[in-house]
Amino acid sequence: MAIIDLKNVKKIYNDSEVPVNAVNGVNLAFEKGEFAAIVGPSGSGKTTLLNMLGGLDSVTEGHITVDGTLVNNLKGSKLINFRLMNIGFVFQAYNLIPVLTARENVEFIMELQGKPAKERALRAHELLSAVGLAERANNRPNKLSGGQQQRVAVARALAPKPKFILADEPTANLDSKSTENLLEIMERLNKEEKITFIFSTHDARVVKKAHRVITVEDGKVIKDETKKQSE
Amino acid sequence: MIAIIIGIFAGTFASALMRGMMEQRVENVINTELSHIQFHHPDFLKLKEPEKYMENLPEKIAVIDSAQGVEAHSERIIISSMVSSAETGSGVQLSGINPTKEKKVTNLHEQIIAGDYFEAGKVKRIVIGKKLAEKLKVKVKSKVVLTFQALDDTLVYEGFKVAGIFETVNSTYDETHAFVRYDELAKALEMPQSTCHEIAVLMEDNKAVDSTKINFAKAFPSLDVQSWTDLSPEMRVLTKSMELMTYIFIGIILLALLFSIINTMLMVVLERTKEIGMLMSVGMNKLRVFTMILLESVYLSGFAGIIGVVIGYGTAKFTSVSGIDLTGLYGEGLRNYGYDPVIFPDIDFPMVINITLMVLLTGVVASLVPARKALKLNPAEAVRTDM
Repeated sequence: MAIIDLKNVKKIYNDSEVPVNAVNGVNLAFEKGEFAAIVGPSGSGKTTLLNMLGGLDSVTEGHITVDGTLVNNLKGSKLINFRLMNIGFVFQAYNLIPVLTARENVEFIMELQGKPAKERALRAHELLSAVGLAERANNRPNKLSGGQQQRVAVARALAPKPKFILADEPTANLDSKSTENLLEIMERLNKEEKITFIFSTHDARVVKKAHRVITVEDGKVIKDETKKQSE
Repeated sequence: MIAIIIGIFAGTFASALMRGMMEQRVENVINTELSHIQFHHPDFLKLKEPEKYMENLPEKIAVIDSAQGVEAHSERIIISSMVSSAETGSGVQLSGINPTKEKKVTNLHEQIIAGDYFEAGKVKRIVIGKKLAEKLKVKVKSKVVLTFQALDDTLVYEGFKVAGIFETVNSTYDETHAFVRYDELAKALEMPQSTCHEIAVLMEDNKAVDSTKINFAKAFPSLDVQSWTDLSPEMRVLTKSMELMTYIFIGIILLALLFSIINTMLMVVLERTKEIGMLMSVGMNKLRVFTMILLESVYLSGFAGIIGVVIGYGTAKFTSVSGIDLTGLYGEGLRNYGYDPVIFPDIDFPMVINITLMVLLTGVVASLVPARKALKLNPAEAVRTDM
């Protein structure tokens, strides 16, 4: 059964004089544990699609269901709480809190969830170890490289034990080595934690690693290709 | 933050300075000019005629002496007089006093800057203010002639030697008041025995003035009994409005502070748009975002405000001992209005607490605009903002 289900999803922006169809009738389903990339040129609608999946942008038409919950119907604090408990976010610019250490950055989402301190500390240590940064746990973001910061961001996204992770261009600011390293970590965590990863990306290296590649153009899915995985 | 510290320091210290000035003014009025309670013939203050005197002094003094809380009293003859030197003349309020008793009621004897305050044995001596001495161009031992109307309406000319020159903080008082011995003036005026125009009473505690005045008024229904606040209504207004003025002054500073914090916090929200967007994206609810901005604003204002208050309090306390001497700057101007040019700031703990609470409240109010702006951010757009 699909964990995420999009049915005829449309997003029309009416901000300008001419309405813009950013997403135009998308039908998609994601199974638990998928490692999928949404690709397409700039302005194709992939970020809008990702924002709607994450409940950050409203749907003009259609339905998005996550694990049986109709996301369109959630408003205000219910939607915020849904994001907190179900979705992990990885942003292009890492967006770590500069005054917190790597460990605190990972812990604070669990604090928002109301998890006890001991559990938070244990999970943060576990995740920072998983992304290879246990020894940098007490470093602030300015003492970490871009690749290391993005690995902390991945650990942060995994911290609340979400149902899926949305990563918006996660490798756009990274060099080749850091990208390779990050993708390996994410792929491993995808396998180990059985968490669905959905990327929006331009990066060919991400596309190469992805198990499923969804190509979007002019707000429509023009290709949806699942690769055969070698054991 | 430094601007907030300086603003609050300035507000606290200036308030202490204003309060000190007012307190000193009131103290001077009581200790030098009016004392706490005065008795007069009912028409004396209105008409200022020498025949409006009080009789049977021993009977009245006995009642005053028996009252609780009375520290001292002094009987005075008060007339309007011309005082002339070889150079010029000037109108004064001439008081006939008993120097020994007067020393216990007023502190004029402590403000003699030349000569003495009616040394024993010397007769026909007058004590005048510095400004009057300058105007008449006289000094100690100079001779002046007093001209006044006796009770029988005849004009009296009496020669006196300047025994001492005083200088109070009120230059107008110094120019318009002169003192001679009670006995000498009584004789020149041909006042009956045991009479005077004014009895000045000094209380041990200012708080007991109103109740004692009421008791005296009951005991002497035929006399005009007034407290220093009745005699100097402007002082009463000044005292009562002092606290209010202080808070209005602080309020104006806090209003400026309010806009400064709003501006700072708006910049904080602008600079941290991406961070706030991320927090909202990952599931921080609006109440937490609001609380975050609120606390930051309160911490900013509270921390800077408390530092400002502490520095202001410390400076006020320090200068309350040494005083701030403005003689060289505005000495003459302050004296003209009856204020001491050496100011001793006065600050108390409740005032410090109130200012601190007002600063914190300003922090809360100042957070509302930036918090509203933060809450209106679209998280999806905010995380992609380039700063």
